[in-house]
Amino acid sequence: MSAYPKEYRSPLKKARGLGSAQHGVSHWWVQRVTAVALVALGIWLVTLVLRMLHADYATARELVARPWNAVLLIAFVVTAFWHAVLGLQVVIEDYVHTRWKEATLLMAIKFIAVLATLAGVLAVLRIALGA
Amino acid sequence: MAEFTLPKNSKIQSGKHYPAKGARKPKTFKVYRWSPDDDQNPRVDTYEIDLAACGPMVLDALLKIKNEIDPTLTLRRSCREGICGSCAMNIDGTNTLACTKAIGDCGSGEVKIYPLPHMPVVKDLVPDLTHFYAQYASIKPWIRTQSPAPARERLQSPEDRKQLDGYYECILCACCSTSCPSYWWNGDRYLGPAILLQAYRWIADSRDEVTGERLDDLEDPFKLYRCHTIMNCARTCPKGLNPAKAIAEIKKLMVERRS
Repeated sequence: MSAYPKEYRSPLKKARGLGSAQHGVSHWWVQRVTAVALVALGIWLVTLVLRMLHADYATARELVARPWNAVLLIAFVVTAFWHAVLGLQVVIEDYVHTRWKEATLLMAIKFIAVLATLAGVLAVLRIALGA
Repeated sequence: MAEFTLPKNSKIQSGKHYPAKGARKPKTFKVYRWSPDDDQNPRVDTYEIDLAACGPMVLDALLKIKNEIDPTLTLRRSCREGICGSCAMNIDGTNTLACTKAIGDCGSGEVKIYPLPHMPVVKDLVPDLTHFYAQYASIKPWIRTQSPAPARERLQSPEDRKQLDGYYECILCACCSTSCPSYWWNGDRYLGPAILLQAYRWIADSRDEVTGERLDDLEDPFKLYRCHTIMNCARTCPKGLNPAKAIAEIKKLMVERRS
């Protein structure tokens, strides 16, 4: 007596599935590159925040508006959300196994990341360009 | 979602108790039992045996139970020297081979013995490894060449042969793959540490001529990149191998051939 339902497809057919997607290396590599960038940008961000800690509003604005600070802040915002979306994608692919939920979540995190990046960049630019 | 709780008919119940009468060195083994032939849930039977009249390894204890106490206990075993991989099971919380795991190396209390985790169970301690073997077949684990066969064997320098050390020793016992959470959640598509180690064994072989094709076949978010370097594979391997290193080498080659 078999404990399993009748199965006509061969085990190899199932193991091969739809074959190789021929991608994945970019995702993996970009995740590492953004991680390395975030280590440097993160340390720099902490120093910037420490300088702002006891500053008044005008001084803080002036600090953000400095060209190097503005450039690095934008770089941080872009890199952080890029890295976050790559990481979240892996978590969702790992654990969410209902196709429509997975696809919806994968799309949602990308939309949210793009919007949040744009908002962050705009905020820095407004201060930097004195709008 | 991935399932984190057992379905109702898989919930483990407490089973029978076989005490050892007059044992000089009693030791308790709690063994997972399930049979497809009755409609019972799995249970854990408790066997007490006298270590004074038993060999040193966990496999000795299991065979003593089967021979002297309960002949219905079902397990795979063959070589009893750690080379066939048949007796891979979860002993004292770790996947390992019953034949090379000393009873003395288990905890001082009772020893729990379960089948390899997260695999369908055929009976008792026997997991269904059909998919695991099919995944192994899918990586084409043999030398593939285009050059015509030489008159004698295909030669390899001692240095090139050294590249296979740490990989050729794998006995495909499935301890590593079944210890990997990524393989638990996505084992249908993720090849798992054992098969990826084997894949690298052929990628690293200087005599094989289809390295690029092998890498093509592996470049996939699920087949390869479900490995999140959790490292359970390296910790559990009863042969002391490091499948995570093999996977890292494959990932390095993937990056290397792009630029």
